[in-house]
Amino acid sequence: MSQSPRLEVRNLSVRYQTRGGEVHAVNQVSFDVFPNEVFGIAGESGCGKSTLIRALMRLLPENGVSDADLIQYEGQSLDRMSEKKFREQVLWSKIALVPQSAMNSLNPVYRVGDQIIEAIRNHTSQEKHEARSRVEELFDVVGLESDLMDSYPHEFSGGMRQRAMIAMSLALDPGLIIMDEPTTGLDVLVQERILRRIREIRSHIASSIILITHDIAVIAEMSDRIAVMYGGRIMEQAQSEDLFDTPCHPYTLGLKNAFPSIQKLGQELVSIPGSPPSLLGKQTGCPFEARCPFSIDQCVTEIPKIESLGKNHEVFCFRNTDAPQMREQATSMSTWHSSN
Amino acid sequence: MSLAEKSSGFRSFLRTLREHYRIVHSNPLGRIGFWIVIFFLVIAILAPWLAPHDPWEMQYDKDGNFASLQPPSWKFPAGTTHLGYDLFSQLILATRTTFIIGAVSGIISILIGANIGLFAGFYGGKLDEILMRFTDILYGMPFLPFVIVLIALFGRKLEFVILAIVLIIWRTSARVIRAQTIAIKQRQFITAARARGCSNLRIIYRHILPNVLPLLLLYASFNIAWSIITEASASFLGFGDGNTISWGGMLYELWLSGKTRVAWWWFASPSLCIILLVTSLVFVSRAYEEVANPRLRKR
Repeated sequence: MSQSPRLEVRNLSVRYQTRGGEVHAVNQVSFDVFPNEVFGIAGESGCGKSTLIRALMRLLPENGVSDADLIQYEGQSLDRMSEKKFREQVLWSKIALVPQSAMNSLNPVYRVGDQIIEAIRNHTSQEKHEARSRVEELFDVVGLESDLMDSYPHEFSGGMRQRAMIAMSLALDPGLIIMDEPTTGLDVLVQERILRRIREIRSHIASSIILITHDIAVIAEMSDRIAVMYGGRIMEQAQSEDLFDTPCHPYTLGLKNAFPSIQKLGQELVSIPGSPPSLLGKQTGCPFEARCPFSIDQCVTEIPKIESLGKNHEVFCFRNTDAPQMREQATSMSTWHSSN
Repeated sequence: MSLAEKSSGFRSFLRTLREHYRIVHSNPLGRIGFWIVIFFLVIAILAPWLAPHDPWEMQYDKDGNFASLQPPSWKFPAGTTHLGYDLFSQLILATRTTFIIGAVSGIISILIGANIGLFAGFYGGKLDEILMRFTDILYGMPFLPFVIVLIALFGRKLEFVILAIVLIIWRTSARVIRAQTIAIKQRQFITAARARGCSNLRIIYRHILPNVLPLLLLYASFNIAWSIITEASASFLGFGDGNTISWGGMLYELWLSGKTRVAWWWFASPSLCIILLVTSLVFVSRAYEEVANPRLRKR
């Protein structure tokens, strides 16, 4: 990865003002996305994945405030850009989004094709028939019949709508496509078809993809690099092989346990006891401390630093040097279920 | 824009029109209402050619006598006034006034109401607060007295009658459209549109407006019906435009003449026209209501 990154994010934090107090939904998140790679962000519900994306695309609700040391797209700073310029020059033409529950992301009163045409013409000076032939092309790429352009969204199945949204995101050849839970809510067969389609598309476009999902299987299958999020922070970030071969953070170890292995069929899965932390108020220690069987006193009082383990492998844990032992112990059920 | 595009735009407009006709037509009452409204509309357009007599000219019967207070007959289908004016011609010409008032104030008020509702609902916060408190103030105003005071201040002109009606009648449509806008702006496709770089105005007019359209049309026809009733009431009380004939104005003349107990026909025909037209409009709006609110639909 000697190339310069396409997207650079340094210390991005997002806070929501709520009646109950300040919610620190995303804390000090830093990552890079390189050209042509799939960067996976994994994490359970409420860990801040979607908030992170909303902050990047400036789609936060009114009570959300984000700040970052740096957000750069191909060397161009995005966080200081005016609203109008961001909307006209960055959104969709450079960074496109396939939103969460893409199935509901099409306006029910317009034909599917017309929505994509409108979006293309909104950003370029293309004539209507040019835009139309572009949509035909895109439909072909995602595997939809081109005569479906003149159908309304309610005439589409869930998977078709999902593919239409992917087609829409590809329209202007953006450098970065963010896919927020692209397979959630689809049945396994359709999921597989969509994923295969995404992989195929990847091979003939130059876009980078940020893939967000809680489905560890999907992310393992699709991503070049993976960041694991928990409690609004990135716990561990590495090449996907490294992350699954030599996980170093206790949370990643727990996640790996909870994922059935085809070699050990019939074995009971080891789950992580407890539930995700409340993000209300300022954090004083590691967010995973309460559920972590390996926690030490330092974890309660001090926030860990992000330690680099070389080869783009970063981990947010005081005990990162003890990783081999932890890896050993983490496979047994008693480690997780007796200590707490 | 090329010619082909223009014609496709026109074709899609025709398609929309046909779609709306289908909506109204699928409801039996809506169908009846629709054709009655069309019937009155044709009369309104052709009024000067349809009226058999000058409405302000004294009529004589076939014996050459002054035709004062004649009950309906072949020559005077709706009877005559105490001054011998032909009520049938008055009715026909009044249809035109009624339609002008109904259409103009109905359309202007729905435009105002829709925009205020869309903006208040979409932006929320301070703007919503200001616009909705303003709407509340209008809710505190009694409709008819307001219209009467305004006309008394500015004069008995058709424009001021329309203005007075418009100023009040948009309030309900604004509230309803605001509520619907708030519901729609939470939907996923609005976020998706924003992620595509759509500006706020574009989202309001291209993405939200078409979704509130059935509701908008429903309130447009309500507003038209209400405008007609209000104009009739104001005219009956003597606050209509003195230079044009309206159904309410005809009733006012009857009241002034003091012949209410004698000339039942003078009283019956304008009232029937008002009731028939307003009821038909309500039927049409009910047909739309079934689109806006599918729960009313029979399964």
